[in-house]
Amino acid sequence: MEAEYKKPLPTPSANSQPFWDATKEHRLMFQRCSRCGTRVFYPRDICPGPNCFGVGTLEWVESTGKGRVYSYTITNNPHPAFVDDVPYVLGIVEMDEGWRMMTNIVNIDPKEVRVGMRVGVVFDDVTPEFTLPKFQPV
Amino acid sequence: MPDTLRGAAAIVGIGELKPERSRPGRDVPSLIAEAAYLAIQDAGLSKRDIDGMVMDGGMEGVSGFNPMMAEHMGIFPTFATGCDAQGAAGITMALQAASYVNAGLATFVLCGMGAAIQGNPSRRQSRGPARTETWGEEFRLPYGPGSGANDNYAMIARRHEELYGTTVEKRAKIAVDLRYNANHNPMAIFHDTPIIKEDVINSRIVADPLHLLECVMPCCGAASFIVTRADIARSMRHKPAYILGGALGIARSNLQYVGEITIAPIDRAARKAFAMAGYGPSDMQVLEIYDSFTITVICELEDSGFCGKGEGGDWVQEHDLTFKGDKPLNTHGGQLSYGQASTAGGCAQVTEAVRQIRRDGGEHQVPGPTDLVYVTGSGGSFSQQGSLILGSEAAL
Repeated sequence: MEAEYKKPLPTPSANSQPFWDATKEHRLMFQRCSRCGTRVFYPRDICPGPNCFGVGTLEWVESTGKGRVYSYTITNNPHPAFVDDVPYVLGIVEMDEGWRMMTNIVNIDPKEVRVGMRVGVVFDDVTPEFTLPKFQPV
Repeated sequence: MPDTLRGAAAIVGIGELKPERSRPGRDVPSLIAEAAYLAIQDAGLSKRDIDGMVMDGGMEGVSGFNPMMAEHMGIFPTFATGCDAQGAAGITMALQAASYVNAGLATFVLCGMGAAIQGNPSRRQSRGPARTETWGEEFRLPYGPGSGANDNYAMIARRHEELYGTTVEKRAKIAVDLRYNANHNPMAIFHDTPIIKEDVINSRIVADPLHLLECVMPCCGAASFIVTRADIARSMRHKPAYILGGALGIARSNLQYVGEITIAPIDRAARKAFAMAGYGPSDMQVLEIYDSFTITVICELEDSGFCGKGEGGDWVQEHDLTFKGDKPLNTHGGQLSYGQASTAGGCAQVTEAVRQIRRDGGEHQVPGPTDLVYVTGSGGSFSQQGSLILGSEAAL
């Protein structure tokens, strides 16, 4: 672990705190509506499902952590805190459960990444307080 | 009161400032006011004729922007609203104003927007604090996105490229044809700099797979226009540009969570706008397509119905997009070559449509008929997009 982590860290809200608590335990969580079954990410407290008016109906569910690269870019002009990492892959992963998140695709030559590539979650304990879920080829 | 806005209102005055990299000492209200003064004079009106206002302070985040502009200009309307449509602001304001004049809320609505960026905005932004407490950013900023929307559009382009083969070799055609148009428009920031396809392909990669010459350059500037009822427009000094159809499509806020990201939200807007106008894509004689990036144009063309999904890359090869061509597109040079002054960049596509309908394009006037013009606007990362169909008297 770096002596001092200078990159942006999450600022959890009441809704997202359970997600970040779980990543610290190396578990990837998403929400599912107990009324209509809609899978939801980012975390919130009302259901966006089709014609569902659920308030407080979203329940936390653990993800398999498996999915596919939905799209990606190789970043060349990042925030200054990331300059030492260039080139790195910023991507969107679509989980097998049907929800998506933005993340980094790691442990692969950026030129080898492809849309549709199978990936699995890997947990990066960036500070004692925060663990970022990232993805690598499986 | 009409049951549809088709032909019920028109744009009767336009004003805009030449996009520049910086305008030392000028602030947003000052730039918008200057563009507004040009629009009022262009319409042959006086300040006291303006009784409606729709102003967008863009990224300034000022509360009470209409009163600020009213006081700044000495124009005190009896109805005013803001607009939060980002790059679709020009189109959205035109539709807001058309509604207001036909509802009797105002007679002459002044619309305006602009930006006063000093120095290199992308550099400034990338060095600013990364505020993860901002809505949604806790799930984005920790992963190191670059500045602005570059990475999001890179991911749209990457997916489009891998699904449909829309490589930079295909996308580059858009940048080249638009630059040709800019080379014939003295208002364009790249008026004096011609480019060829190899320049685009060899320009540095900003966000893979997007190259520098596929991305807009942020500028300072402002744009303004005036809308009134069709029956009043007929007796004014310029040939009116009638609003024949228009709509907005909202698909998402963040790029990553919902919907197929290569499908532009223009799909719903275009269907509704064409239905209102009673025309289809093949009837359009001039296209003013919001071009934040080359890929933006390709997706908007596909999802507006000019070609099938995934065929946009080939469509732009098959057509001459210059103002002299068979499908004149972004006749002023587009934002890619004209310059993007925040939301005024999208508005320049509206004002250029008006200019083409009036036949006032000068050196870059389309030689063929310009009675029907299709205009698009795009806000956020394929978040909200608008379609607007403008036409001459002959198209009514």
